[in-house]
Amino acid sequence: MKNKKPVGLKIINWESTETVSFQRQHIALYGILLIFLTIYLLRLWHLQVLEGSSYRFQSENNRIRIEEISSPRGIIFDRAGVPIVENRPAYHLVIIREDIRDLDGTIRELARLCERNPDDFFATVEANRTTPKFMPLRLASDLDRDCLARIEAQRIRLPGVVIQLEPKREYKWNGTAAHLVGYLSEITEADFKSEKYQGYYPGEDIGKVGVESAFEQYLHGKRGGRQVEVDAVGRRIRLLDEVLPISGRNLWLTLDMDLQRTAESLLEGKTGAIVAVDPRDGSVLAFACSPTFDQEKFIRGLKKDEWNALTKDPSRPLLNRGSGAAYPPGSTYKAFVAIGALKEGAITPTSTFNCPGYLQYGDRKYRCWRDAGHGGVDVERAIIQSCDVFFYNTGLKLGVDKLAQYANMFGLGERTGIGLYGEHPGLIPTSWWKKQATGVPWQRGETISISIGQGFDLVTPLQMAMGYAAVANNGKLWYPYVVKRIEGSTSDEIAEIKPRLKRKIPLEQRYFDLVKKGLTGVVESPGGTAHAIRDPAYQTAGKTGTAQVVGVAQGANRKLLEKLTKAKDKDHAWFVGYAPAGDPEICVAAILEHGGHGASAAAPLVQKVIQAHLKGKTDK
Amino acid sequence: MMDRRLIENFDWSIIWVLFAIISIGLLSIYSALYVQIQAHPTNNLFLRQLVWLAVGMTVMCCSLFIDYQRLRSISPWVYGFVLLLLLVVMVAGKEVNGSRRWLEIAGFQFQPSEFMKVVIVLQLAGYFSSQDVPGYPSLGKLILPVCFTIAPVLLVLAEPDLGTAISILAISTTIIFYVGIRWKYLAIGALSLLPFLVPVWEHALKPYQKRRILILLRPDLDPLGAGYHIRQSKIAIGSGMLWGKGFLNGTQNKLHFLPEKHTDFIFSVWAEEWGFVGSAVLILLFCLLIFLTLRVAGRSRDRYGSLIVIGMSAYILWQAIINIGMVIGLLPVVGITLPFVSYGGSSLITLCFAIGMIENVSMRRYVFQTR
Repeated sequence: MKNKKPVGLKIINWESTETVSFQRQHIALYGILLIFLTIYLLRLWHLQVLEGSSYRFQSENNRIRIEEISSPRGIIFDRAGVPIVENRPAYHLVIIREDIRDLDGTIRELARLCERNPDDFFATVEANRTTPKFMPLRLASDLDRDCLARIEAQRIRLPGVVIQLEPKREYKWNGTAAHLVGYLSEITEADFKSEKYQGYYPGEDIGKVGVESAFEQYLHGKRGGRQVEVDAVGRRIRLLDEVLPISGRNLWLTLDMDLQRTAESLLEGKTGAIVAVDPRDGSVLAFACSPTFDQEKFIRGLKKDEWNALTKDPSRPLLNRGSGAAYPPGSTYKAFVAIGALKEGAITPTSTFNCPGYLQYGDRKYRCWRDAGHGGVDVERAIIQSCDVFFYNTGLKLGVDKLAQYANMFGLGERTGIGLYGEHPGLIPTSWWKKQATGVPWQRGETISISIGQGFDLVTPLQMAMGYAAVANNGKLWYPYVVKRIEGSTSDEIAEIKPRLKRKIPLEQRYFDLVKKGLTGVVESPGGTAHAIRDPAYQTAGKTGTAQVVGVAQGANRKLLEKLTKAKDKDHAWFVGYAPAGDPEICVAAILEHGGHGASAAAPLVQKVIQAHLKGKTDK
Repeated sequence: MMDRRLIENFDWSIIWVLFAIISIGLLSIYSALYVQIQAHPTNNLFLRQLVWLAVGMTVMCCSLFIDYQRLRSISPWVYGFVLLLLLVVMVAGKEVNGSRRWLEIAGFQFQPSEFMKVVIVLQLAGYFSSQDVPGYPSLGKLILPVCFTIAPVLLVLAEPDLGTAISILAISTTIIFYVGIRWKYLAIGALSLLPFLVPVWEHALKPYQKRRILILLRPDLDPLGAGYHIRQSKIAIGSGMLWGKGFLNGTQNKLHFLPEKHTDFIFSVWAEEWGFVGSAVLILLFCLLIFLTLRVAGRSRDRYGSLIVIGMSAYILWQAIINIGMVIGLLPVVGITLPFVSYGGSSLITLCFAIGMIENVSMRRYVFQTR
């Protein structure tokens, strides 16, 4: 190359140092290439092969949303098919944080649309910081119509904002039969963990007390779900899988809504209860407690101070006075004393006791309600005129344990088995019980008090209704029941609930006949304590009762005392009656706390309920 | 004048690798734009990309015919012209998403900043191959090339277009590095940049850019905000697993979880549907392409040609490295596309020109030169 230079061409040589140095740079570039190749391939191996299945799962999570389909709770009807408790749609504001790009802005916008404080929403979001971002998060429950419309109009601009539809309880007559039907409230943490509520979701409502609670397993349906594929802004692309919800079963109550409303209107402004049952099968026709409470409030979610106000209210609106509270039965107890004494031979139908207006026992005078006394009375007259002295004597002859035996026979002192939460068993004392409970042996003088339903005796209005029904139907003690039909979505899923006999009371018909004659006389005979309520259309039987709340001092002037007594110390007024007396169709027990006299306060209410029932039936 | 040696020295292997990469690009764009293609079969970005490809191929062929030596004299003028265009963009550019990058002429939109990436290569190659600039140039000789670089970088940053600015910077640095740079200059350069770091962080970077850099360090800090893109991209790539979900079956892609999927995040679309195998193939193809171009640089006739090839090669190399690095979550998210794969006309034409220049140098690599 040195000596033979081609003409017209020039050799261009790299400077020797330059070539070397450029080679170094060259190798360095290959080095860079190799380093990045290695790092990137390792990274891809890590992402796609080692962590691949985790990312595959995340991509599935990304595209698949699980939507709940809530199941409506069963509807509760009365015996004629009038819905008492229904469902209405409630709209909840829900966000899916994963689909929201600008969480702050979205929340502020939602708060503006709902006219709520954004800080509340932020607090909810903050509280759920640890829950997965694809899980729906409820910001507000039960939106009102205006707010709903405003949000719907802006939905396009608000990805990740969802309106969730959920059926909620609707009370057509808010507060009606509230203690029997019960109410709902959100499942608590403790309930959620218990066996009974397996398969429930957090935030679901469960029945508390009443039928809602007792028949929870039927009323509560099963939530369904939907798997949908969504795109990045949460739009549904297609349905992947769906499990349809199973709606709760409907319940048909034995309650007669008209009668229930009548009973409740009678109790308005008063404190007490009216329980009406059918003596032919033990079904509950009316179950009114007063005061009542607002069931809607529980649906909206009770605030702490509202709950406190409700539980601390001195009138105790949450108390189920029909079966959850017990009172001394007063003279209504006498029917059971009479029937027991006849059976035991302590008295005969014709045996009489003289009533001078009091019974001297030891150094104590036990007064009859009528200061002038009743003179010589047999058992029938004693019932009709409610002579205390007759029953003092009868009770003393029978003794405390025999008294208890017959009272128990008619279902007093034990739970009736209606199956509602918080039933009070009442109390019928025995000598053994007293020794156990107080350590002091039974005093014979106490027998005198309990023979007229005072002292330790405690009964619930439901027990009294059932006990008198057993008298009226000649000895059949039924289990009271309120649900007569459980109705599924198809016709073959209907279960009729049969009346259940608790026991047949083993007493001769003549004893029933005699006592019933007395009870009929209470209303029908001119001297009867409740003659004022007589309805000529049919014969009514029953028994008044006036249960002392405060012990009356010896020799006190009753009339004067009555006038001086403050309302809260007034006697409880009782009346238990059934009609028609010959072939009873309804048996009603009524108590008015501090209502005064049974005859004047409670008896007219019972008669009105009976009238409503018997007339209502002829109207239909 | 068509010399036989010109054809003999044409490097076909580069073309085959290039076609393979372009095919992968077309498949990915087709998949990424599938919904759009279904809706508008006759008017969609995929068809437009095909048009761009045809234009690009034409540009590539044309660039083969002019001896690159002739560019030496005109490149300063071209450089000046493109710099001017960048100024025009600042004034009259079309604003998209808060940044001015586009010029519209006769209905066609293009980004002058894309062209700057190759023009700077010609400009610097010309400077460094002139007779009075030796290898390992002194500091004084470096002032001019640094100015050549800084001017467009500042203009592009002002658009703002961080990605392109970084590209230009990376290309220039590679050329200077290839020419040879003394360690002490490197140290001085690095130290002199340090004081600028804080003001740049404080003022020049937009809040979203800062967030993206921070997010790289802790991607789970804000999965729905700044971290969203990178998280969805990683889910897409990772969920591809070994063999991929299959062509057109990428759910991250189809259901729009992937952002900018036909441009910046096209690699994720490919990786989701073709898995580790597919993404490894694509990366190896890029490596092969760079390897082949570096080979051309090593065998080129003179320093000018060698530097041109190095510059063009660096252009492809760094864009690929930064783009893939960002979609696999190793580098912050800056708007840099994947060469030959991402959708984009200006970019594709410029890249085709770059390959054309590399082939141009390769064809004329015989050591003899006409006087």
